[in-house]
Amino acid sequence: MKTAVIVFPGSNCDRDLAVAMEQVTGRKPAMVWHREAELPEGVDFIGIPGGFSYGDYLRSGAMAARSPVMRAVKDAADRGVPVIGICNGFQVLTETGLLPGALMRNARLSFVCRNVRLRVENSQTLFTSGYDSGEEVVFPVAHHDGNYQADEATLERLEGEGRVAFRYLDQVNGSARNIAGILNDAGNVLGLMPHPERVVEPAHGGTDGRRLFGALLETVSA
Amino acid sequence: MDMKARVFITLKSGVLDPQGKAIHHALEGLGFSGVNDVRAGKLIELDLADGTGDSEIEDMCRKLLANTVIENFRIERLENA
Repeated sequence: MKTAVIVFPGSNCDRDLAVAMEQVTGRKPAMVWHREAELPEGVDFIGIPGGFSYGDYLRSGAMAARSPVMRAVKDAADRGVPVIGICNGFQVLTETGLLPGALMRNARLSFVCRNVRLRVENSQTLFTSGYDSGEEVVFPVAHHDGNYQADEATLERLEGEGRVAFRYLDQVNGSARNIAGILNDAGNVLGLMPHPERVVEPAHGGTDGRRLFGALLETVSA
Repeated sequence: MDMKARVFITLKSGVLDPQGKAIHHALEGLGFSGVNDVRAGKLIELDLADGTGDSEIEDMCRKLLANTVIENFRIERLENA
Protein backbone atom coordinates (compact mmCIF):
# COMPACT_ATOMS: atom_id res chain seq x y z
CA MET A 1 0.00 0.00 0.00
CA LYS A 2 1.46 3.32 -1.11
CA THR A 3 0.46 6.17 1.15
CA ALA A 4 1.12 9.90 1.31
CA VAL A 5 0.84 12.54 4.01
CA ILE A 6 0.44 16.14 2.87
CA VAL A 7 2.54 18.66 4.78
CA PHE A 8 1.73 22.38 4.94
CA PRO A 9 3.66 25.07 6.76
CA GLY A 10 2.07 24.90 10.21
CA SER A 11 1.02 21.23 10.06
CA ASN A 12 1.92 19.60 13.37
CA CYS A 13 0.27 16.17 13.33
CA ASP A 14 1.96 15.05 10.12
CA ARG A 15 4.49 12.91 11.96
CA ASP A 16 1.87 11.27 14.20
CA LEU A 17 -0.20 10.43 11.15
CA ALA A 18 2.83 9.06 9.29
CA VAL A 19 3.78 6.87 12.26
CA ALA A 20 0.23 5.53 12.57
CA MET A 21 0.09 4.76 8.85
CA GLU A 22 3.50 3.09 8.89
CA GLN A 23 2.56 0.94 11.89
CA VAL A 24 -0.46 -0.40 10.06
CA THR A 25 0.92 -0.70 6.53
CA GLY A 26 4.54 -1.50 7.33
CA ARG A 27 5.67 1.17 4.87
CA LYS A 28 6.63 4.77 5.44
CA PRO A 29 4.27 7.18 3.72
CA ALA A 30 5.67 9.74 1.28
CA MET A 31 5.66 13.17 2.94
CA VAL A 32 4.43 15.58 0.27
CA TRP A 33 5.13 19.29 0.66
CA HIS A 34 2.35 21.76 -0.13
CA ARG A 35 4.13 23.18 -3.19
CA GLU A 36 4.27 19.88 -5.01
CA ALA A 37 1.91 19.83 -7.95
CA GLU A 38 1.88 16.06 -8.19
CA LEU A 39 1.48 13.13 -5.83
CA PRO A 40 3.73 10.06 -5.95
CA GLU A 41 2.74 7.74 -8.79
CA GLY A 42 0.21 5.11 -7.79
CA VAL A 43 -0.59 6.48 -4.33
CA ASP A 44 -3.57 4.63 -2.85
CA PHE A 45 -4.22 6.47 0.37
CA ILE A 46 -3.77 10.15 1.24
CA GLY A 47 -3.77 11.68 4.73
CA ILE A 48 -4.19 15.38 5.45
CA PRO A 49 -2.92 16.02 8.97
CA GLY A 50 -3.93 18.30 11.80
CA GLY A 51 -2.20 21.49 12.79
CA PHE A 52 -2.48 25.14 11.95
CA SER A 53 -1.68 25.30 8.25
CA TYR A 54 -0.61 28.81 7.21
CA GLY A 55 -1.25 29.97 10.76
CA ASP A 56 -5.03 29.63 10.24
CA TYR A 57 -4.84 32.90 8.28
CA LEU A 58 -8.15 34.12 6.84
CA ARG A 59 -10.00 30.95 7.91
CA SER A 60 -8.74 27.60 9.18
CA GLY A 61 -7.73 25.58 6.14
CA ALA A 62 -8.48 28.36 3.63
CA MET A 63 -4.93 28.91 2.42
CA ALA A 64 -4.00 25.22 2.40
CA ALA A 65 -7.08 24.45 0.31
CA ARG A 66 -5.72 26.71 -2.46
CA SER A 67 -2.19 25.30 -2.45
CA PRO A 68 -0.84 23.45 -5.53
CA VAL A 69 -0.81 20.04 -3.85
CA MET A 70 -4.52 20.22 -3.08
CA ARG A 71 -5.35 20.33 -6.78
CA ALA A 72 -3.55 17.00 -7.08
CA VAL A 73 -5.39 15.67 -4.00
CA LYS A 74 -8.70 16.74 -5.49
CA ASP A 75 -7.92 14.96 -8.77
CA ALA A 76 -6.94 11.81 -6.86
CA ALA A 77 -10.12 11.97 -4.73
CA ASP A 78 -12.19 12.36 -7.91
CA ARG A 79 -10.55 9.19 -9.20
CA GLY A 80 -11.64 7.37 -6.04
CA VAL A 81 -8.40 7.36 -4.02
CA PRO A 82 -9.28 7.30 -0.30
CA VAL A 83 -8.49 10.58 1.49
CA ILE A 84 -8.69 11.21 5.22
CA GLY A 85 -8.53 14.72 6.69
CA ILE A 86 -8.08 14.93 10.43
CA CYS A 87 -8.75 18.12 12.42
CA ASN A 88 -7.11 20.87 10.32
CA GLY A 89 -7.22 18.31 7.50
CA PHE A 90 -11.04 18.24 7.83
CA GLN A 91 -11.08 22.04 7.63
CA VAL A 92 -8.92 21.88 4.51
CA LEU A 93 -11.31 19.37 2.90
CA THR A 94 -14.38 21.56 3.51
CA GLU A 95 -12.52 24.62 2.21
CA THR A 96 -11.52 22.65 -0.90
CA GLY A 97 -15.13 21.68 -1.49
CA LEU A 98 -14.39 17.96 -1.23
CA LEU A 99 -16.72 17.86 1.78
CA PRO A 100 -19.82 20.00 2.36
CA GLY A 101 -20.34 22.49 5.18
CA ALA A 102 -17.87 24.50 7.23
CA LEU A 103 -16.03 24.31 10.54
CA MET A 104 -16.58 27.39 12.65
CA ARG A 105 -15.20 28.66 15.94
CA ASN A 106 -16.23 26.40 18.85
CA ALA A 107 -19.55 27.46 20.30
CA ARG A 108 -18.05 28.33 23.67
CA LEU A 109 -14.99 29.93 22.05
CA SER A 110 -12.49 27.92 24.04
CA PHE A 111 -9.91 25.54 22.60
CA VAL A 112 -11.06 22.01 23.42
CA CYS A 113 -8.32 19.47 24.20
CA ARG A 114 -9.43 16.19 25.77
CA ASN A 115 -10.61 12.67 25.07
CA VAL A 116 -14.14 12.48 23.76
CA ARG A 117 -16.60 9.64 23.33
CA LEU A 118 -17.83 9.05 19.79
CA ARG A 119 -20.39 6.77 18.25
CA VAL A 120 -19.56 5.04 14.97
CA GLU A 121 -22.73 5.82 13.02
CA ASN A 122 -21.96 3.86 9.90
CA SER A 123 -19.62 0.88 9.83
CA GLN A 124 -20.21 0.17 6.13
CA THR A 125 -17.55 2.57 4.88
CA LEU A 126 -13.96 2.26 3.69
CA PHE A 127 -12.78 3.84 6.92
CA THR A 128 -15.07 2.32 9.54
CA SER A 129 -15.47 -1.33 8.56
CA GLY A 130 -13.30 -2.32 11.53
CA TYR A 131 -15.97 -1.04 13.92
CA ASP A 132 -19.56 -2.03 14.64
CA SER A 133 -22.34 0.41 13.85
CA GLY A 134 -23.34 2.10 17.08
CA GLU A 135 -20.04 1.17 18.73
CA GLU A 136 -18.62 3.70 21.17
CA VAL A 137 -14.96 4.71 20.77
CA VAL A 138 -12.72 7.26 22.45
CA PHE A 139 -10.52 9.58 20.39
CA PRO A 140 -8.80 12.75 21.57
CA VAL A 141 -9.79 16.15 20.19
CA ALA A 142 -7.66 19.30 20.14
CA HIS A 143 -9.20 22.17 18.21
CA HIS A 144 -10.54 25.69 18.26
CA ASP A 145 -12.59 25.55 15.08
CA GLY A 146 -14.48 22.28 15.18
CA ASN A 147 -18.04 23.52 15.19
CA TYR A 148 -19.47 21.77 12.12
CA GLN A 149 -22.22 23.70 10.36
CA ALA A 150 -24.16 23.17 7.15
CA ASP A 151 -27.63 24.14 5.96
CA GLU A 152 -30.57 21.93 6.93
CA ALA A 153 -30.87 20.35 3.48
CA THR A 154 -27.20 19.32 3.56
CA LEU A 155 -27.51 17.92 7.09
CA GLU A 156 -30.59 15.93 6.11
CA ARG A 157 -28.80 14.54 3.08
CA LEU A 158 -25.72 13.56 5.14
CA GLU A 159 -27.92 11.77 7.67
CA GLY A 160 -30.14 10.12 5.06
CA GLU A 161 -27.23 8.82 3.01
CA GLY A 162 -25.32 7.42 6.00
CA ARG A 163 -22.56 9.95 5.53
CA VAL A 164 -22.28 10.91 9.19
CA ALA A 165 -19.44 8.55 10.09
CA PHE A 166 -18.82 9.65 13.70
CA ARG A 167 -20.96 11.56 16.17
CA TYR A 168 -19.99 13.04 19.55
CA LEU A 169 -21.83 11.46 22.45
CA ASP A 170 -21.47 14.66 24.48
CA GLN A 171 -21.57 18.30 23.54
CA VAL A 172 -18.01 19.20 22.49
CA ASN A 173 -17.94 22.26 20.24
CA GLY A 174 -21.47 23.16 19.19
CA SER A 175 -21.47 21.08 15.99
CA ALA A 176 -24.81 20.70 14.25
CA ARG A 177 -26.32 17.36 15.32
CA ASN A 178 -23.10 16.62 17.22
CA ILE A 179 -21.40 15.66 13.97
CA ALA A 180 -17.74 14.72 14.43
CA GLY A 181 -16.93 13.24 11.02
CA ILE A 182 -18.52 13.04 7.57
CA LEU A 183 -17.99 11.36 4.20
CA ASN A 184 -18.28 12.67 0.66
CA ASP A 185 -21.03 11.22 -1.50
CA ALA A 186 -18.73 8.69 -3.17
CA GLY A 187 -17.60 7.50 0.27
CA ASN A 188 -13.85 7.77 -0.37
CA VAL A 189 -13.23 11.05 1.49
CA LEU A 190 -13.56 11.24 5.27
CA GLY A 191 -13.11 14.37 7.38
CA LEU A 192 -13.20 14.25 11.17
CA MET A 193 -12.14 16.55 13.98
CA PRO A 194 -11.05 13.88 16.52
CA HIS A 195 -7.59 12.30 16.15
CA PRO A 196 -7.61 8.52 15.48
CA GLU A 197 -3.83 8.67 14.82
CA ARG A 198 -3.27 9.58 18.47
CA VAL A 199 -4.75 6.31 19.75
CA VAL A 200 -3.05 3.51 17.84
CA GLU A 201 -0.82 1.87 20.45
CA PRO A 202 -1.28 1.03 24.14
CA ALA A 203 1.30 3.63 25.20
CA HIS A 204 -1.11 6.29 23.87
CA GLY A 205 -3.65 5.27 26.50
CA GLY A 206 -5.96 3.72 23.92
CA THR A 207 -5.98 1.89 20.60
CA ASP A 208 -9.44 2.74 19.26
CA GLY A 209 -7.97 4.61 16.29
CA ARG A 210 -5.93 1.71 14.99
CA ARG A 211 -8.86 -0.12 13.42
CA LEU A 212 -9.59 2.87 11.20
CA PHE A 213 -6.22 2.58 9.50
CA GLY A 214 -6.38 -1.21 9.58
CA ALA A 215 -9.73 -1.25 7.78
CA LEU A 216 -8.33 0.96 5.04
CA LEU A 217 -5.38 -1.30 4.55
CA GLU A 218 -7.67 -4.29 4.12
CA THR A 219 -10.01 -2.54 1.73
CA VAL A 220 -7.30 -1.04 -0.40
CA SER A 221 -5.18 -4.17 -0.65
CA ALA A 222 -8.19 -6.44 -1.20
CA MET B 1 -4.57 56.51 -10.32
CA ASP B 2 -4.67 54.38 -7.21
CA MET B 3 -7.71 52.27 -6.81
CA LYS B 4 -8.83 50.66 -3.62
CA ALA B 5 -11.64 48.40 -2.69
CA ARG B 6 -12.91 47.25 0.63
CA VAL B 7 -14.45 43.85 1.05
CA PHE B 8 -16.76 43.38 4.03
CA ILE B 9 -17.24 39.78 5.04
CA THR B 10 -20.10 38.93 7.35
CA LEU B 11 -21.67 35.74 8.59
CA LYS B 12 -24.91 34.85 6.87
CA SER B 13 -28.00 35.50 8.92
CA GLY B 14 -28.99 32.38 10.77
CA VAL B 15 -25.37 31.29 11.19
CA LEU B 16 -24.50 31.35 14.87
CA ASP B 17 -21.71 33.77 15.71
CA PRO B 18 -19.96 32.74 18.93
CA GLN B 19 -17.53 35.66 18.71
CA GLY B 20 -20.31 38.19 18.30
CA LYS B 21 -22.05 36.62 21.28
CA ALA B 22 -18.93 36.90 23.44
CA ILE B 23 -18.48 40.54 22.46
CA HIS B 24 -22.11 41.16 23.33
CA HIS B 25 -21.62 39.63 26.77
CA ALA B 26 -18.48 41.70 27.32
CA LEU B 27 -20.30 44.90 26.39
CA GLU B 28 -23.05 44.06 28.85
CA GLY B 29 -20.37 43.38 31.46
CA LEU B 30 -19.08 46.90 30.90
CA GLY B 31 -22.52 48.27 31.60
CA PHE B 32 -23.68 48.91 28.01
CA SER B 33 -27.23 47.70 28.26
CA GLY B 34 -28.64 49.02 24.98
CA VAL B 35 -27.11 46.44 22.65
CA ASN B 36 -29.57 43.97 21.15
CA ASP B 37 -27.16 41.85 19.15
CA VAL B 38 -23.56 41.78 17.93
CA ARG B 39 -22.21 40.16 14.75
CA ALA B 40 -18.48 40.12 14.07
CA GLY B 41 -17.00 40.09 10.57
CA LYS B 42 -13.89 40.97 8.61
CA LEU B 43 -12.74 43.92 6.55
CA ILE B 44 -10.20 43.28 3.79
CA GLU B 45 -8.66 46.23 1.95
CA LEU B 46 -7.42 45.67 -1.57
CA ASP B 47 -5.02 47.97 -3.35
CA LEU B 48 -5.76 47.33 -7.00
CA ALA B 49 -4.17 47.87 -10.38
CA ASP B 50 -6.00 50.29 -12.58
CA GLY B 51 -8.82 48.74 -14.52
CA THR B 52 -9.53 45.86 -12.14
CA GLY B 53 -13.18 45.18 -12.76
CA ASP B 54 -15.97 44.49 -10.30
CA SER B 55 -16.42 41.00 -11.64
CA GLU B 56 -12.79 40.22 -10.91
CA ILE B 57 -13.13 41.38 -7.30
CA GLU B 58 -16.27 39.30 -6.97
CA ASP B 59 -14.33 36.34 -8.28
CA MET B 60 -11.66 36.92 -5.60
CA CYS B 61 -14.38 36.90 -2.95
CA ARG B 62 -15.96 33.69 -4.19
CA LYS B 63 -12.67 31.85 -4.69
CA LEU B 64 -10.88 32.86 -1.51
CA LEU B 65 -11.86 35.87 0.56
CA ALA B 66 -15.25 34.58 1.69
CA ASN B 67 -16.45 31.08 2.43
CA THR B 68 -19.86 31.37 0.82
CA VAL B 69 -21.15 28.37 2.76
CA ILE B 70 -21.33 30.56 5.85
CA GLU B 71 -20.35 34.09 4.79
CA ASN B 72 -21.68 36.95 2.68
CA PHE B 73 -19.48 39.61 1.13
CA ARG B 74 -20.01 43.20 0.08
CA ILE B 75 -17.59 45.19 -2.06
CA GLU B 76 -17.10 48.91 -1.67
CA ARG B 77 -14.88 50.73 -4.16
CA LEU B 78 -12.93 53.78 -3.09
CA GLU B 79 -11.87 55.80 -6.12
CA ASN B 80 -8.75 57.93 -5.85
CA ALA B 81 -8.13 56.94 -2.27
